[in-house]
Amino acid sequence: MKDLLKRFRSVKPLYWQGGLLALALVLPVPLGDYYRSVLWRTGLYIMLGLSLNIIVGYAGLFQLGHAAFYAVGAYTAGMLNIYFNVPLLLTLPLSILVAAILGYLLTRPILHLRGDYLCIVTIAFGEVVRLVLVNNIFGITGGANGLSGIDRPMLFGIALREPIYHYYIVLLFVVITIFASQRLQDSRLGRAWRYVREDEVAAEAMGINTTQAKLLAFVLGSGWAGLAGALYAAKITVISPDQGKFMESVILFCIVVLGGTGSIPGAFVGTLGMVTLPELSRPLKAWRDAWLGVAMVTMMIARPEGLWPSRHVRLEIESEEEAPDPSLAVTGGSG
Amino acid sequence: MQFLQQMINGITIGAFYVLVALGYTMVYGVLKLINFAHGDLFMWGAYIGLTSLTGLLSFVAQGSAWFAVPAIIVVMVTVAIIGVLVERIAYRPLRNAGRLAPVISALGVAFILQSLARNIYGASYKTYPQDVALSGGFSFGSARVSLMQVIVLVISFLLMAVLYLFVQRTRIGTAMRAVSLNHDVSRLMGIDVDNIIAVVFLIGPGLGGVAGMIVALYYGSFDFTVGWVFGLKAFIAAILGGIGNIPGAMIGGMLLGVVETLGAGYLSPQWKDVIAYVILILILVFRPTGLLGERVAEKV
Repeated sequence: MKDLLKRFRSVKPLYWQGGLLALALVLPVPLGDYYRSVLWRTGLYIMLGLSLNIIVGYAGLFQLGHAAFYAVGAYTAGMLNIYFNVPLLLTLPLSILVAAILGYLLTRPILHLRGDYLCIVTIAFGEVVRLVLVNNIFGITGGANGLSGIDRPMLFGIALREPIYHYYIVLLFVVITIFASQRLQDSRLGRAWRYVREDEVAAEAMGINTTQAKLLAFVLGSGWAGLAGALYAAKITVISPDQGKFMESVILFCIVVLGGTGSIPGAFVGTLGMVTLPELSRPLKAWRDAWLGVAMVTMMIARPEGLWPSRHVRLEIESEEEAPDPSLAVTGGSG
Repeated sequence: MQFLQQMINGITIGAFYVLVALGYTMVYGVLKLINFAHGDLFMWGAYIGLTSLTGLLSFVAQGSAWFAVPAIIVVMVTVAIIGVLVERIAYRPLRNAGRLAPVISALGVAFILQSLARNIYGASYKTYPQDVALSGGFSFGSARVSLMQVIVLVISFLLMAVLYLFVQRTRIGTAMRAVSLNHDVSRLMGIDVDNIIAVVFLIGPGLGGVAGMIVALYYGSFDFTVGWVFGLKAFIAAILGGIGNIPGAMIGGMLLGVVETLGAGYLSPQWKDVIAYVILILILVFRPTGLLGERVAEKV
């Protein structure tokens, strides 16, 4: 098994990445509309997973209200289209912008919180955003039923109606997301995030502006989730506050953590497990949540680093197991 | 006089929050874990209470409110056992696995408990049998306290007092306080940490289960999602008072119940939940240790 993995790794990344892309391009062609929609949904959640991965995986910040930004993106696109007749494709950058600004405003005051506390505030923010949408603030969000009648996106004079078009749009953005994630991971900012995740005080001491680094993670991740929301609005044409409910946030969180925090292939595996398989097993839907729960508990016990962990995280976990307890070392030294 | 009435209702709801918040705060105290499954244990309390009540009532022609007493005991014992099992299966193996893994595991348990409830009892609203409902009450001025509210408050305060004395005065209580300070040192002092944590998972879910049944009796109907919203509110109450702090949970729960009810009464019932979340956010931003919590430096 290890040999096989090694041989697999020695294949030039370009070859298997190209192969995967070619597969993704031809895969929907022989399939029916239902399966094309499933593929579209998979792509969308990969995007969402990767956007949350910036926050949870790279910067190590617990965000359990991510779906709020997904909903905000969808509502931005929908409201701009319905009230101002902005063409849908033009709403995409605006959705990113609005979600990113909201991400900035909401997370700026809570950046000093760590771990569990951060996690709880993000839940509260997510719920507040959803309730604001449900309560039909200023009478523009359509209340609990949401908004319907969003236009189809137009490209070269054709209204994009078929699922396959939407699949290719999402595929394009997934490719962009992966490329950007990879570049971010190894950039100066990406290294700063990794440092903040591992030891915030040390990072600060090394001259990293940790506040700025964390803020950027939230802003980028939130903005990208907003884009995914707008793409959702473009295909489904009906949006509702349910998109921002806590369950969605939990699913996104699990995509990242079960797939492998900080890992790009992990987001793929996580999406297949959390979204695609449950979708394909609709007849078993009644027990779906129970199985998800069992999977979450057993995964955490048996394989806490995720199904396809990133190299960094795996090394961290392995070294933690071998190293003696640092807290003991400190007491011993000072005595 | 509307104000007095709102206060009475607020305190009743606050008492429910306290019973659930105690479970969160005790578990957080000993494990530093947010037990996301606690709200669903509360929900199971409501369902088990319903099953045992209908079971008991099936033996007699005409039931009375006294039938709720054995049902409450059944609920307390059953939910406590479920709580201990959850700890044994889903949390204990993760005791040293960092902070992320237990959170995910707790969410997983919440999924399982909810899905089980939905599949066993169905997704529709359930109502408690009318035989056990209490009518009557007392009025002074234009304010009115129903008999139900009085009983709910008496039971809640009784449980709180017993718990407080247990934690402060008994050997196990002292051990519990020690474990919440430091596992390793407690072990050196001869305390069986695993046992103490199991005791916490008996008491917390036991109280939560009773709260579930009382809440269902008080409101009359409930469904399988009741645990999530109520659990989150109770958790806010625990944070408000200072998580890990038992008297804090009592004050936080009362305060949240009153503020929320007054807010719903004077502002708008639609924004009731938002008020609770905003309180949470403000508390965490400005005083993350809560009202009674001690200022501890977060470990890096």
